Amino acid sequence: MKPVSGSPQDKHDDVDLSRRHALQAGGLTIAFLWLGGTGVASAMMNARRQPGDAAASLADGNPPFAPNAFIRIDTSGAVRLVMPSAEMGQGIYTGCSMLLAEELGVGLDQITVEHSPPSDELYGIPALGGQMTGGSTSTRATWPVLREAGAVARTMLVSAAATNWHVDPSTCTVDRGVIHHTPSGRSLGFGEVATAAAKLPMPDKVQLTDPKDFKLIGKPMRRVDSSDKIKGATQFGLDVRIPGMKVATVMACPTFNGKLAAVDDIAARAIPGVVDVLRLDNAVAVVGDHFWAAKQGLQALHISWDHGENANLTTQQLRDALAESARHGKSIVARNDGAQPQGTTIQSEYQSPMLAHATMEPMNATVLVTADKCEVWTGTQVPARAAGEAARITGLTQDKITLHNQYLGGGFGRRLETDWVEQAVAFAKQVSYPLKVVWTREEDIRHDRVRPMYHDVISAVLDANGRPVWYGYRTSGGSVLARFAPPAMGKDGMDSDAVECVADVPYDIPNAKVEWIRHDMPPGLVVGWWRGVGPTHNLFVVESFMDELAHHAGKDPLEYRRALLQKSPRALAVLNLAAEKIGWGGQPLPARIGRGIALGEPFGSHVCAIVEAEVTPQGEVRLRRVVVALDCGIAVNISSIEAQVQGGVLFGLSAAMFNGITIKDGAIEQSNFNDYRNLRINEAPMVEVHRVINAEPPGGLGEVGTAIAAPALANAIFAATGVRLYKLPVDRDLLVQNADALKSVASAAAHTGRNVT
Amino acid sequence: MTRFLIVVVLVLLLGVGAYFYLNRTDSAEGSAPPIAGAPPSAEVLARGEYLAKAADCIACHTVPGSGNAFAGGVAFRLPFGTLYSSNITADEASGIGSWSDDDFVRAVREGVRKDGEHLYPAFPYTSYTQMSRSDVLAIKAYLFSLPKISQADKANDLSFPYNQRWAMGFWNAAFFKSQRFAPDPSQSPQWNSGKYLAIALGHCAECHTPRNAGFGLEHGNELAGEKLQGWRAYNITSDPQHGIGAWSNSDIASYLTAGHADGKGSAAGPMAEVVENSLRFLNPADTAALVTYLRTVPAREGKDPITIDAATAPAIASNNAGPGGGTANTDNSGIKLFEGACASCHQWNGQGQQTPYASLLGTRGVNDVRGTNVTQVLLHGSDMRFAGPNIFMPTFGDAYSNTEIAALSNYVISHFGNKQGTVTADDVARRRKGL
Amino acid sequence: MLSLSVNGQSYPVDVPDDMPLLWVLRDVIGLTGTKFGCGIAQCGACTVHLDGQPVRSCVLPVGSIGNKAITTIEAVGNTPSGQKIQQAWLDVDVVQCGYCQSGQIMSAAALLQRTPNPSDADIDAAMSGNICRCGTYVRIRAAIKQAATGKLEILQTIVSAPEGARS
Ligand code: FES
Ligand code: FES
Repeated sequence: MKPVSGSPQDKHDDVDLSRRHALQAGGLTIAFLWLGGTGVASAMMNARRQPGDAAASLADGNPPFAPNAFIRIDTSGAVRLVMPSAEMGQGIYTGCSMLLAEELGVGLDQITVEHSPPSDELYGIPALGGQMTGGSTSTRATWPVLREAGAVARTMLVSAAATNWHVDPSTCTVDRGVIHHTPSGRSLGFGEVATAAAKLPMPDKVQLTDPKDFKLIGKPMRRVDSSDKIKGATQFGLDVRIPGMKVATVMACPTFNGKLAAVDDIAARAIPGVVDVLRLDNAVAVVGDHFWAAKQGLQALHISWDHGENANLTTQQLRDALAESARHGKSIVARNDGAQPQGTTIQSEYQSPMLAHATMEPMNATVLVTADKCEVWTGTQVPARAAGEAARITGLTQDKITLHNQYLGGGFGRRLETDWVEQAVAFAKQVSYPLKVVWTREEDIRHDRVRPMYHDVISAVLDANGRPVWYGYRTSGGSVLARFAPPAMGKDGMDSDAVECVADVPYDIPNAKVEWIRHDMPPGLVVGWWRGVGPTHNLFVVESFMDELAHHAGKDPLEYRRALLQKSPRALAVLNLAAEKIGWGGQPLPARIGRGIALGEPFGSHVCAIVEAEVTPQGEVRLRRVVVALDCGIAVNISSIEAQVQGGVLFGLSAAMFNGITIKDGAIEQSNFNDYRNLRINEAPMVEVHRVINAEPPGGLGEVGTAIAAPALANAIFAATGVRLYKLPVDRDLLVQNADALKSVASAAAHTGRNVT
Repeated sequence: MTRFLIVVVLVLLLGVGAYFYLNRTDSAEGSAPPIAGAPPSAEVLARGEYLAKAADCIACHTVPGSGNAFAGGVAFRLPFGTLYSSNITADEASGIGSWSDDDFVRAVREGVRKDGEHLYPAFPYTSYTQMSRSDVLAIKAYLFSLPKISQADKANDLSFPYNQRWAMGFWNAAFFKSQRFAPDPSQSPQWNSGKYLAIALGHCAECHTPRNAGFGLEHGNELAGEKLQGWRAYNITSDPQHGIGAWSNSDIASYLTAGHADGKGSAAGPMAEVVENSLRFLNPADTAALVTYLRTVPAREGKDPITIDAATAPAIASNNAGPGGGTANTDNSGIKLFEGACASCHQWNGQGQQTPYASLLGTRGVNDVRGTNVTQVLLHGSDMRFAGPNIFMPTFGDAYSNTEIAALSNYVISHFGNKQGTVTADDVARRRKGL
Repeated sequence: MLSLSVNGQSYPVDVPDDMPLLWVLRDVIGLTGTKFGCGIAQCGACTVHLDGQPVRSCVLPVGSIGNKAITTIEAVGNTPSGQKIQQAWLDVDVVQCGYCQSGQIMSAAALLQRTPNPSDADIDAAMSGNICRCGTYVRIRAAIKQAATGKLEILQTIVSAPEGARS
């Protein structure tokens, strides 16, 4: 997901209100603080703000020292850190903990981390307009706030100790949760001064640690959530068990916007362990003592669907309409530097498919609805939104909703949605017991909110040397943002995500015209954020096209790009670093092995990937090696950076190699990992990650690798075969060397491609 | 000149005479040997239901999952086009509600429908012709007792000259003989019952007997195996090496009723449907009769005979979780696919983790160097929902290329059959089309 | 009533014979470390050991288990290979979302148990049935090697092994 632009300023930045102050201030002030609700106008995270009500304080154990929404310290010295973002694998709990712990003065082994409760107010990301984890924004957004939050807490604890000792706070030092006064040899633990510190006023200004003194930031740190995860002890949403709970599994109408017509549940109810059969207007759930009974029950239902207006919809219809709109539709102009100049013009059209998220943990939520409250346990990237939906569906007020966020078994943007939570609440409302709704993998894929499909027309006018002097871009697709955050839509209804990484390119091309044609999908086919969204397809198109231009100019793709990057030093640096590390231009490669470059600046980082691939005579693609060079500014946890880039690249390659959601009879055709394929370890190349080290502000990471993977692969395939791929996923039929190859017994061993170091 | 004309007329007359002679109808009502599941004492509807199952009417006349039992519309892809089965519910307008007993009997036993047009022998009147009138009418009574479904028949999509129904008269003259079942008094009653179940009702020959160039059954090669719709129907003669001669009675019975015989194989594709829709409903005495008959089918080698290696070195050297030494020189991409998508269930030693149905050792599929059925199962998966737990294999045809399916097939053949498979990407492409 | 031996403890369970072990573990016994990812033996998230051998519990009918010993992620650390694997997983910092990792660790532990010094091909054969959507494969490979050899696997950008907190 990309950041939502244009969010209003945090109006309450200067409201300096500790929780206890807030409690004392009472009524109006509290109401004022909460007034924003889930809306965009609410306050966002702040280093000095606390939950404004007594209930919240009680709920988190009434810690003696809680100077802000992130830090809780007990009299025993136990330190709990509350995580503003959701942990879905990206390592943000570790990154946030490092920021807080660095400034607070504790070790990562001394802390425990907690999920945050739903609150835009306390945990809202300014750039996203709310409490959300997405858009590769977490580190970028929390970096200043959490360091300051840690420093605020440390300052207060030190003051308390200094006051106790009657010494100047500046003569005290902090190390691993203990305050020392070296001159007098005295020391006090955080726990011992927690109560006193809580009574002190909030400091206006705090001193942040000088980066050269960082003990944690910039080091490769082990993740704080690993030790439980390797033991199976981490609780994901799917692992929630509430006393008296029953388990349901669901089937919603496979056709977009279809409805439930009738269900015959006699056979299902006869299955031992089946407890209930519940209906919504478009779905049916079977409730069992356990998932298996529920699933058996679901299989035994005889369901009639009313397939509705999309009953005959196919991917091809959507494709054709999209192509038509890309070529001739009325556009919203993102950038126009004047008339297209005369000269040699090159034009290409590219297509990108719909994509499913297929998070490893299928969608699920556990919900208990009673007359006066609703409790929800689920893993979500948008806790406050999810709680808001639960309120809407139950008709209860927001304060009657408790949402317990969980560790997420993958997010990738899927859990920025709330559809499964809404559905689970609607089912749970019909029963008196806690209801855990678990989607099968089939349901998870068939009812995903897919990455939109795109059709892009790109063109360039070249000078005599084959250098572009102008480029034109018309991209057509549905808008995720328009549904997700309408107020964040730009001028003329522009969706900034649609043109990210193409409205501005690192290359020195004087003029451009960049247009977006909004082409909404039929009702019911809801498109959603997907790791990398807009940049995933824009970079595929732009970087494939740059290769086309290089080829047209008869230049090496590396040299061609270099020549255009003289004004973009950070982009040039990653390009050069990647080229050097892979040994570009060294020994010539064997036949049908090629290397492809892709360069981009997605999510505030600068990245270059080079993929080395082999294409067999039958058209099969083997990934041999990937080298990535990255400039993401200041690094918080370099171990996480490497992991995120490796994982992101493999996620992107998996999609580019295999994935496309297709529609037949108004329903998604794919259903599980047998037909929505995922790269496996024996198909995965080594991914080397190299960093350009500098002190620029941190860039995003979670989606960078994903966005840069596909074009590097497509360019590698071109280098290996001379075949330009204009659509994804890779169509292996296009890569067959000659018809004879398909007549040969399929057993010739390819070069074993893996490069393990 | 005149003489020449006379010769021509004579030849024509002889031809016409031969045509009608060869197309003559056996007017005998016919009698069936005792069928344990449908004794004469039983209600006609109960008999009809049992016989309809034994004759597997539903498989061809019901689109799977449609819930429209016997309303037709199932596609049959043949080398010369696509046929669709017809609606045989009692609906007057779109089904056979207006058919008399004689109309129905003629259609089932002679392949001629009510309006006098010929049916295509995709409908096995060539076998059903052996049935007794009383059995045919019991089936009619059963069909007419079921809900009428209004569903118009789909037009066939056949190329010329195959779309000329009248031409089937010539085909019948050449390859079809109207003829009732004749018991063999020298054999036991059980054997005779088994034969009637096999050749009249079960119409085993329609799939398992090789066909000649004219698409007629090679009766001299009874049940020696054939390929159809992209699948291979195996040799089920008593040949111990290439047929089922080495199977025990209980192996055969288990295969027929549960779709699986340990160490021999599991049914998939069309055969799994036969088990699911038909054979598993047979009364044990009838199953035993069928086994008795099958054991006596003369041994034949058949086309492309399969020799089974039930203890292949590569598989034996493996354990359940890892390959043994024999895999080093096998195809690189096939093994990669197997270790990713297949080994979890089938296991490297071919034992099958979760169910004996997933065991591969000793099966004909993995010993067939052409890999016909291995390819088909990979493309289309398998889904049998009757023998206790669901027997399920996902389809891999959608996300895996022809080359990958071919490489995987060849790997499976080498690892579990110890043979060099010959599957090419082109073969897989053809099999995807059901050819 | 079946009796299952799970992690050295015996559990009487009253469930149908054809119920997959996965749901017995998760929903009946309450051991939720074993995960559900696909239900069709394609992802490996549900891997447990049966007498030390890795199996996909999502397709394993409990009725077929008999008195074989079941080991899950919760107890694999009590075996020497499981312990080595878990330690290497920490050292190499393999985990991302972690959802697939129970299965990955169970597969890896079984591999190490039967092949103490696995080659790349051995790792492929044992681990390719385990999907990781987060893409942790590079580190999984490194961690298995580290567990096997005891030699530090140097990560690409990280010149030293990841630091844990001091202790
Ligand atoms: S859940 Fe068992 S293999 Fe995926
Ligand atoms: S760590 Fe997330 S799926 Fe593997």
